[in-house]
Amino acid sequence: MRRFAALYSELDGSSGTGARVAALAAYFASADPADAAWALHVLLGKQGKRLITGRRLRQICLEGSPIPEWLFDDCYAHVGDSAETIALLWQPSDQEARADRPLHHWMAELLPAAAALDGAAQAEAVRQLWQGLSPGELLVANKLLTGGLRVGVAQGLVLRALARLSGLEEALLQHRLMGGFEASAEVFLALLAPTDQGAALPSRPYPFFLAAPLELPDGAAPLPGPSSAWLAEWKFDGIRGQLIRRSGESFLWSRGEELINAAFPELIAAAGCLDEGTVLDGEVLVWPQGIERPAPFAQLQRRLGRKAPGRKLLAECPASFVAYDLLERGGEDWRPRPLNQRRAALEELHQQLQQTTPTPEARLLRLSPRLPLDSWTQLEPLRQQASTAAAEGLMLKALASPYLAGRKRGHWWKHKRDPYTLDAVLLYAQAGSGRRANLFTDYTFGLWNGEGELVSFAKAYSGLDDGEITALDRWIRQHTSERFGPVRAVEPQQVFELAFEGLQHSPRHKSGLAVRFPRIRRWRHDKPACEADTLASALALLQP
Amino acid sequence: MPLPPASLLELTPQGLYCRAAGAWIDPWRPVPRALITHAHADHARPGCREYWAIGASEAILRQRLGASINLIPVDYGQAHRIGDARVSFHSAGHVLGSAQIRLEAGGESWLVSGDYKRCADPSCTPFEPVQADVFISEATFGLPIYRWQSGAAVAREILAWWRAAPERPSLLFAYAFGKAQRLLAELAGIGVTEEVLLHGAVEALMPAYREAGVVLPPTQAVSAIARGESLAGRLVIAPPSAHRSPWMKRFKLPQTAFVSGWMAVRGARRRRGYERGFVMSDHADWPGLIASVNDSGARQVYVTHGNSDGLARYLREVEGISAEALEGGHGPSRESPDPAA
Repeated sequence: MRRFAALYSELDGSSGTGARVAALAAYFASADPADAAWALHVLLGKQGKRLITGRRLRQICLEGSPIPEWLFDDCYAHVGDSAETIALLWQPSDQEARADRPLHHWMAELLPAAAALDGAAQAEAVRQLWQGLSPGELLVANKLLTGGLRVGVAQGLVLRALARLSGLEEALLQHRLMGGFEASAEVFLALLAPTDQGAALPSRPYPFFLAAPLELPDGAAPLPGPSSAWLAEWKFDGIRGQLIRRSGESFLWSRGEELINAAFPELIAAAGCLDEGTVLDGEVLVWPQGIERPAPFAQLQRRLGRKAPGRKLLAECPASFVAYDLLERGGEDWRPRPLNQRRAALEELHQQLQQTTPTPEARLLRLSPRLPLDSWTQLEPLRQQASTAAAEGLMLKALASPYLAGRKRGHWWKHKRDPYTLDAVLLYAQAGSGRRANLFTDYTFGLWNGEGELVSFAKAYSGLDDGEITALDRWIRQHTSERFGPVRAVEPQQVFELAFEGLQHSPRHKSGLAVRFPRIRRWRHDKPACEADTLASALALLQP
Repeated sequence: MPLPPASLLELTPQGLYCRAAGAWIDPWRPVPRALITHAHADHARPGCREYWAIGASEAILRQRLGASINLIPVDYGQAHRIGDARVSFHSAGHVLGSAQIRLEAGGESWLVSGDYKRCADPSCTPFEPVQADVFISEATFGLPIYRWQSGAAVAREILAWWRAAPERPSLLFAYAFGKAQRLLAELAGIGVTEEVLLHGAVEALMPAYREAGVVLPPTQAVSAIARGESLAGRLVIAPPSAHRSPWMKRFKLPQTAFVSGWMAVRGARRRRGYERGFVMSDHADWPGLIASVNDSGARQVYVTHGNSDGLARYLREVEGISAEALEGGHGPSRESPDPAA
């Protein structure tokens, strides 16, 4: 545990990629495989459900300390993280630091055992765990208990460290890690072994290949080569999915590597129509039959919120899988083949399916259409049409490209349509957490309604740089008109240009509107509040 | 809460004022007579006709406020009659020459803490507990999450951090007056005799500390080192204002750390962009604040700076002491944390 806590603080402290990879590699090289396995589990963010809530930890801390509750809350407001607040508040005992216990013992036994108790016995067990820990170790222990240990290390860095250690390709390691990693010494050693050991699980997905955003400077040629070397498709506004048919079973994985079979039973049924040893990459969308384009994301969101959807929801929000790539055919890994081959095989597969299996299930497997791109001059008009197809923009994929793992630039590009923008007035502010504790960084913005009142319409957290955040924080403190707990109402003076991806009716919001991905694009120092946009101008952007 | 009318001390636009002594304590604007707790810029401001301060701070005050200021140097513990008041200065343990100021008149005594700390500091005289009827205490770190280790323990952490990077310069950022010299003295205290390099702003304060007989390792200005010479493995102390400034170009791939009480909180360190934070402060930590209030024996406590509301409430509700936050006690409009902590 001490070694892992030290690794955490080392990763937390160093900003350079090189230093982080070196720290990770040094840890994995020297740690016991059982500990290394658990460390990897945590670093990859695979730590599943939380064992104890932050609220319960707070209660356990308060019961065992002379600090009144309001003072704990003051501390929390200052620190912005309950695990850290407890780590700083808990009085280290005078007794000598207890002998260190290995990470796998904490993860597999001590923490779950404490979580399984309740009431006074649990409180006592947790305080026992805290005994003899340094504040740094206590922070890590609390974060492991609440499932909130985010190390801020991208998966890529962890893979690079493991690749350096094992001499294996990062992509191979990434593939071996897909579809669930069990934290055990055996699995960790198998991960780093020179050759694959044993049969892979039928459910194991391939690592997703991710596109990079395309930013076009004026007048520049969009991409190298003629437009005919590229495949243009809509960038659908759903969730990425991988549909697997192997060993007589079907699996649907989300990009977050979650198995979402239960949430989409109709797609699992549809996958049953696929040949053995087939893996498709595509988009999960809500798309009723007989309609020309998919439903807005909000409909899909209703499905995503449910572990197992009821009949009514299934009927109201029917899902489809829009396939755009073929990763495995006849049990063979097709990823090294060029996209034009994979795409041709996918089209053939889709056509056969529609002819030989014209069942309602099979119709849920759609094919992402090829868009006409005879010359680069067609690119911009095509992108402008994205919203009529309920798409977020275009995807451009090199027809000669293999299917790689992760975000590798050069082969796949996403070319989004321009976001919508509105000028809105800052109405409320709330302090952030973590790095933004003590700074007002969570903003609520309003638009004018017909009666000359400002109605709150969107919240945004990102888009300002550090200097602007500091300046706005100061302004907020000096222009607070009212306080509601942690929220401050401010004088309605500051105007910001907000960018967002979409707009929908929503009975849950005061304005009657819900915005998708709102962020701040610009601080409009030049605009007085009276010139900000109106709800009517927002309604005009409403998607049908 | 404002001070009650007709108190020994009152708040005026110039700052905390003692009518009996005809003097202001750490005034924010020029006044005829200023009693100075210590030489930090937010406590000692230029333009006053007469300054009273501890003799050990005289050189630094003249350096900062002008060589020709009219300064009356005093010793710790000495009682002075100023106007109708009896005034004495007592060691605050904050920086070289820092004082708490006790005022007595009309049968009532008040104690103004200035900035203070209670843990040992080899670069200045230790804090002296003083009794008074009314105590005005700072509360820069007025939350129980702030609890300090000894300076020696922090110095050992810093030494380990420095030694672990023999191939890089180690840049330690700390306030130029007080913290930087304390760091040097703490390092000397754990046996460091190697030369430490200093930014010009830190270097400027060194003569006063050497004059006062503080035991320090050898130091040299970074600017005195030839351009091409490697600074790998050297420890350099600089003020936070130099962080990410062009001054840093002189160093190849430095590791950086900030030494401050605020570094106890992870978010504060990350917000400032330092790789490492060492928790060392020249202000009282939470237990120190409570202990000082208790030691003062005061029947009324006023709290200023930092989390004054919270500390006052804790004193009232948990310690059973009559305590209030002093409204406007920290000068013109400041809500951000004290930078000199």
